[in-house]
Amino acid sequence: MQVLFLLEQVVNGLVLGGYYLLIALGLSLIFSVGGVVNLAHGAFYALGAYASLEIARRLGFGAGVALSPVAVALLGIAFERYILRRFYTADPILSLLVTFGLALVAEQAIRMTWGAAPLPASMPQGFKGAVTLGDFLFSKYRLFLLAVVAMVLAGIWLLLNRTSFGRVVRAGIQRPDMVAALGIRLQPYMTTIVMLGVGMAALGGALFAPIVIVHPAMGAEILTVAFVVVVIGGLGSFWGVVLAALLVGVVRGITIHFVPAAGEASMYLLMFLVLMFRPRGLLGERIEKFE
Amino acid sequence: MTTRREVLKAGTAGALALGFPAIVKAQSGAIKIGHLTPLTGFLGALGEWAVMGMKMAVEEVNAAGGVLGRQLDVTSEDSVNPATASTKAQRMLERDGVEFLMGEINSASAKTIMQVAARNKKLFLQIGARSDVLRGKDCNRYTFHVDIPVTVMVNAAGQALAREGYIKGKKIFFLTSDYLFGHDLAKAARAFCAANGGTVVGDELTATDTTDFSPFLIKIRQARPDLVATNLGGNQVTNFVKQYAEFGLPYQVAGFNLNTADAWAAGEGNLAGIWPTVWHHELDTPGSKAFVAKFRQKYGKPPENHAWIEYVSLKVMAQAMNATKSTDTEKLIKYFESEAQFDLLKKRKGYFRAWDHQMIQEAFPFSVKAKGQAKDKWDFLKFGDAVPAPDQPLESINPPKSANACVL
Repeated sequence: MQVLFLLEQVVNGLVLGGYYLLIALGLSLIFSVGGVVNLAHGAFYALGAYASLEIARRLGFGAGVALSPVAVALLGIAFERYILRRFYTADPILSLLVTFGLALVAEQAIRMTWGAAPLPASMPQGFKGAVTLGDFLFSKYRLFLLAVVAMVLAGIWLLLNRTSFGRVVRAGIQRPDMVAALGIRLQPYMTTIVMLGVGMAALGGALFAPIVIVHPAMGAEILTVAFVVVVIGGLGSFWGVVLAALLVGVVRGITIHFVPAAGEASMYLLMFLVLMFRPRGLLGERIEKFE
Repeated sequence: MTTRREVLKAGTAGALALGFPAIVKAQSGAIKIGHLTPLTGFLGALGEWAVMGMKMAVEEVNAAGGVLGRQLDVTSEDSVNPATASTKAQRMLERDGVEFLMGEINSASAKTIMQVAARNKKLFLQIGARSDVLRGKDCNRYTFHVDIPVTVMVNAAGQALAREGYIKGKKIFFLTSDYLFGHDLAKAARAFCAANGGTVVGDELTATDTTDFSPFLIKIRQARPDLVATNLGGNQVTNFVKQYAEFGLPYQVAGFNLNTADAWAAGEGNLAGIWPTVWHHELDTPGSKAFVAKFRQKYGKPPENHAWIEYVSLKVMAQAMNATKSTDTEKLIKYFESEAQFDLLKKRKGYFRAWDHQMIQEAFPFSVKAKGQAKDKWDFLKFGDAVPAPDQPLESINPPKSANACVL
């Protein structure tokens, strides 16, 4: 029985990992291509949640989830074009400062627009409840969430590995100077990557709004987790992030099974252990040095 | 092009603007009051209500001519965390020259401010923190507590639960927030269950920054309890309630702490179960009705219980200063300890119990209206009758002296 209980936590952890993945993958992509750690990433997650509620109030839940990432992705284009672009080759400290500042500005802007009080959000009645598969309990809504994440993940993988767009991006990650020498401007590719990255974060926010409290600081909450996932997975590695996100979810579930109070601390411990034995992260190809 | 010099100038000007008015205002004869409450973090949303209530009370008092012919000058600041709270409290007393301190929601922060108040021998009206130990073994003679302690919350919801048959002979699963307040709630809840014949089959601690409760929900299902009772605080309650509705577990849910704001944030259709509260906006007394109407007019929404408590707390201080004709801490303490009566906009008046400085007052259980009965998004809560019942002494739901380690 104990083993079964534990297994149930492992499976649930995998589902949760899928959600972390949605936020962490964009963060990792933006870092890989642009060399910028986007500390404003959480802000786009929060905006995604707020925008989805605004849209859902007028057009319904489905429209909220579908349109909010699009709206935020458009904002992401402006973000890349007018802010992020200036910092690709600058001192990394500068981009950290700018994106961190932007995260604070965004949080305050949300507070000024929608108030500090959390916004109520519900899922459609049909999604409520759980299904039991064998002895396992699954929230219906999270299964839907997992399906969406799997589709997004497959889409991003195909884009990066099966299209000419992806070939340029991957070349750009490894040898940006070489790509430039071949006469290819990386900037439009970067714009697209940022757009996709923040769009995914917004999708995460929109999907999770019915489950977690929607409040101005929600972006800061998720950013820490996403960052830990990226670091554990290894910078610049697609599958590293996937593996790390699932691992963080599973380790959290197992920890809560045995030591509930340590649930939130488990991912930091995991990061600590991984970095001690493998400083580049699980599947990281290189160690980034901030000089 | 902005030069570095201009930036420096602007910065200095900003710093001056921020730093000096405190000194300028101090000479104008206003009564300066330091108000600390969390405005960010997991209690930040409650703090926003607190500031709204405080503001409204200050405006009312000042519009009516102030106190002792002087205007009130209340500075509200974000107390952030226990360490920052104590630093700010010290600064307010030492440098800003406030007469006394008010505020707080976070029990851990309240504890550090209480220590600062005692060290400086200045009054601290502790408004919103509910941990028992603050008015128990950590009590001090410079601090008075307005909000109900956790024992009262447990009694308010517990009596309603017991009446409906959810305690006696039932298996109860606790989910407890891992900080001072949560531990205190769990302790009081355990005592209540033991006294009323319920068995606690699980008690899980969860970190205050937990947003995802799914691993806990799985453990709850594995335990198959009759009742899930939560001892959570702030955002946690909302997250839990939303996810409990998401998983749709069949066990009766209840909790010993829920603020109206947490309930509103969960949204209609997500909340279920029985919970306690210290005050609610549908309370049928002339005072509450007038307050709610005025608040709605000013802010466009009904007041949450933190708005109410800050509002009445300032009125309590105003009454005390008027009665003693003083802002002196010693005189105010003496007045409060005389068990003077205060209008808290409830049916029965409240008073500070002299030996533990706790405001003795009514509390209320609430549940959730049936689907479709809500008039608007503020209206899905169904409030029960005041506890204790009108024929019972007000003190009966508070910890008796024998169960309270407070020595002033």
